Amino acid sequence: MRSRTVLKLFLLLAIGIWTGLSAFTSYAADTIKVGILHSLSGTMAISETALKETALMTIANINAKGGVLGKKLEPVVVDPASNWPLFAEKARQLLTQDKVAVVFGCWTSVSRKSVLPVFKELNGLLFYPVQYEGEELEKNVFYTGAAPNQQAIPAVEYLMSEDGGGAKRFVLLGTDYVYPRTTNKILRAFLHSKGVTDQDIMEVYTPFGHSDYQTIIANIKKFASEGKKTCVISTINGDSNVPFYKELGNAGLKATDVPVMAFSVGEEELRGVDTKPLVGHLAAWNYFMSLKNPENTQFITMYQKWAKKENLPNADKVVTNDPMEATYIGLHMWKQAVEKAKSTDVDKVIAAMAGQTFKAPSGFVVKMDEKNHHLHKPVFIGEIRPDGQFNVVWKSKGPIKAQPWSPYIPGNAQKKDEPEGI
Amino acid sequence: MRIVTISLTLICLCLFIAARPVAALDSNLITRLASDDSDEKISAIHQLIEDDPAKAITILHALSDGQLALAGSRLIILNGDRASDAISGEKIETVPANTDAITINNRIRRIVATMLSSLDIFASDSKTRLNSARYLARNATFDSLPIIEKALQKETNPEIKNRLMVARSMASLGSSDAAVRLKAVAYLKNEATPATRQLLSALLVKNGDNWQEPDAAVRSTAQASLKEIDRKLAYGENLDRIFTGLSLGSLLLLAAMGLAITYGVMGIINMAHGELLMIGAYATYAVQAFFRLHFPEWINWYLPAALPCSFLAAAIVGMILERLVIRHLYGRPLETLLATWGLSLFLIQTVRTLFGAQNVEVANPVWMSGGITLLPSLVLPWNRIIIIGFAIAVLAGMWAILSLTRLGLFVRAVTQNRSMSGCLGVPTGKIDTLAFGLGAGIAGLGGLALSQVSNVGPDMGQGYIVDSFMVVVLGGVGQLAGAVWAALGLGVFSKILENWSGAVIAKIAVLVFIIVFIQKRPQGIFALKGRTVES
Repeated sequence: MRSRTVLKLFLLLAIGIWTGLSAFTSYAADTIKVGILHSLSGTMAISETALKETALMTIANINAKGGVLGKKLEPVVVDPASNWPLFAEKARQLLTQDKVAVVFGCWTSVSRKSVLPVFKELNGLLFYPVQYEGEELEKNVFYTGAAPNQQAIPAVEYLMSEDGGGAKRFVLLGTDYVYPRTTNKILRAFLHSKGVTDQDIMEVYTPFGHSDYQTIIANIKKFASEGKKTCVISTINGDSNVPFYKELGNAGLKATDVPVMAFSVGEEELRGVDTKPLVGHLAAWNYFMSLKNPENTQFITMYQKWAKKENLPNADKVVTNDPMEATYIGLHMWKQAVEKAKSTDVDKVIAAMAGQTFKAPSGFVVKMDEKNHHLHKPVFIGEIRPDGQFNVVWKSKGPIKAQPWSPYIPGNAQKKDEPEGI
Repeated sequence: MRIVTISLTLICLCLFIAARPVAALDSNLITRLASDDSDEKISAIHQLIEDDPAKAITILHALSDGQLALAGSRLIILNGDRASDAISGEKIETVPANTDAITINNRIRRIVATMLSSLDIFASDSKTRLNSARYLARNATFDSLPIIEKALQKETNPEIKNRLMVARSMASLGSSDAAVRLKAVAYLKNEATPATRQLLSALLVKNGDNWQEPDAAVRSTAQASLKEIDRKLAYGENLDRIFTGLSLGSLLLLAAMGLAITYGVMGIINMAHGELLMIGAYATYAVQAFFRLHFPEWINWYLPAALPCSFLAAAIVGMILERLVIRHLYGRPLETLLATWGLSLFLIQTVRTLFGAQNVEVANPVWMSGGITLLPSLVLPWNRIIIIGFAIAVLAGMWAILSLTRLGLFVRAVTQNRSMSGCLGVPTGKIDTLAFGLGAGIAGLGGLALSQVSNVGPDMGQGYIVDSFMVVVLGGVGQLAGAVWAALGLGVFSKILENWSGAVIAKIAVLVFIIVFIQKRPQGIFALKGRTVES
């Protein structure tokens, strides 16, 4: 008798919760859910946390102006914790449980590769905001970061030019995963095409989270002393950059002797480093915080205000960087595409994305290519300043169209410049 | 009449131009100096030196330090909050709003450094002269030969003179006189630097049928000098390799020393050891933040203050863990393992909630930045040297506590025969807590050292737990000396391996080596001999 009462109570409770939940979901249908998939802990948190904040800021900003299609955006933040398989799990959760309309996320290529099957299977939509190695073109992904020809190739051309020091020997130093390996494969082929032989190229990799760069820096010194002008091209990712630059400064390797060109180091990564010994080392991006134009001023002030409001750590010293700009552009372009398609349906939005333009904080109007899901972006090369910012020492004449299939990799010439199956 | 007027005006105009050539030149020069085009800038720099070498020194120094700026059409030098006119030198009270810094790239930086070194070599201050002579001894080219000769005649300071002699030999390699070249090549034998190596090996390159260096005698001397330089450089490299190995070993030792007590001596499998390191590192961070807030003038000395704090923070957390959890699990290794692993997750999440998931910045104090140059090819960074010294100090302290104090005596007695010590009146429960606290506190000190070379974040401990167990197990459980040899051995071994195979393979190889070693010799390098209960 008593157990039956308990059972009834339980049933009642269950019904109550269910109705409550369904009431909640019916209320939630008035918003459009946007997934944010960035590591907030682990080795990549140093880079990715700021992207989450940028996405949240941009969403709040869009909501303050009335939202999209008359609905407010509702961010759903998950933490895949720099754990690549967890990225896929969280992506599936966002698409099936939370039913988000679009996901902004990933930094490392290995995390993107890990979520890709999920987005293809469930026909989701991913905006990927970081420069990467190319060799990929998926219907379900928009790439708002740079392809190799929008970052790596111009950077190496600069190093070989007179202003860049006329480098003849190259150290390709990276973290051991798909982005540095593929980029270095492209760079090696590119250097071969410029007449640099294999004995003038040294390729070194370290594990994720590596913190002891003594041997590598000693080897770079030795390599540089064997004749000809040497430079380092660094594709080190995540928090390993802090010990690397600390060691570089302590070992007295100056930018005038051996310049280091980094592809994954921006203002955010340099926050934890004393940059005075690093003056003159370089980075190539499509945006720098030090660029002077009205859009950038607005973007920076917006983020600084956001950091103060949200009470972020070191809120008075927050910086903006290239992937943050790419997240900002991506969210705005998605909004424009949804408004054009009058729907958040993935296929309709993908069609509407083609040819979208946006006045970006880089000071240029960037355009989403009609076919290849990549942006036309300008390229900047900056030198580290004593205050951790960058001086632009070279910039492209205008936005450059992305080549996701690098012509320096054999067999790419036949590949189509648009995703399969559209 | 008209012709006269025109010619008069022309004459006046000529006089006018002739009267103020400097001013006209300056404004032109300034715009070229601030130009975005590197070639323009370089020609402006050359002209500046020709026009007014004295002023050029200040302006070029400001340019290379990134202090030169353009305010409208005025060239100013910004130094922190102060500003002054670069040409007249007068002070400017308020920095104009339209100030634009003049930026330079590496190419211009190099040219400015070369120019400055040839100007500074005649400075009255011997330190400036020495710096410039050092620069010349690394970068001298044939063009700078006359300046070097001139400076050598005047110079009296032996050290500067020595640098200049090297610079002269380097520059003379471009001379057309084979005898001068021969002398230079022979002299450079004693200067084993990457720069001289590069210069000499360039002489021995063959372009088609022609040698870069036409004279056979010079070539053979160059060959001999190069051999000597290579020998010296290799010597420096080997020293460097041993030093980096020792440095890594000292870090491993600091990370593992706490575990050598808790696991090695007390036999507790403490999976939360890495988190005790992390707590020590966060305590350092907290002390740094406190100093930044309250004693910004003493910020360089926050580390000594962080020493007791990181020790105590980790020791207190350790003792609480021991009292609440580990105490109830003595003698049950599997449960201890699971419970402490749970505790490690708990600690990570707590720190993540308190301090945020992102890494926090722990800066090296000024006295730990930079390095000392022992040989031209060997720079030992200060932070590494200090950490090696710190590891030795901690080791000595721990040895003293364990073998000289009453607490140490009790700890050894309890771990060897618990019931017998209890019978003799040793408070075994209290000793366990204190010993665990000591181990945890030393882990905290390890965290302080790690915060100076690697990242401080909530999960930093996870990366060190494997290394720490590796050191303790390899050294032999229950042995302090074993841990020392194991840490240093692993450090040097993995550095030599890394040099030969790369960092990724080295990491794998070290783990494989440990697995094989433990299978062959489960008791570690040093086995504890004695009448312990187990044996």
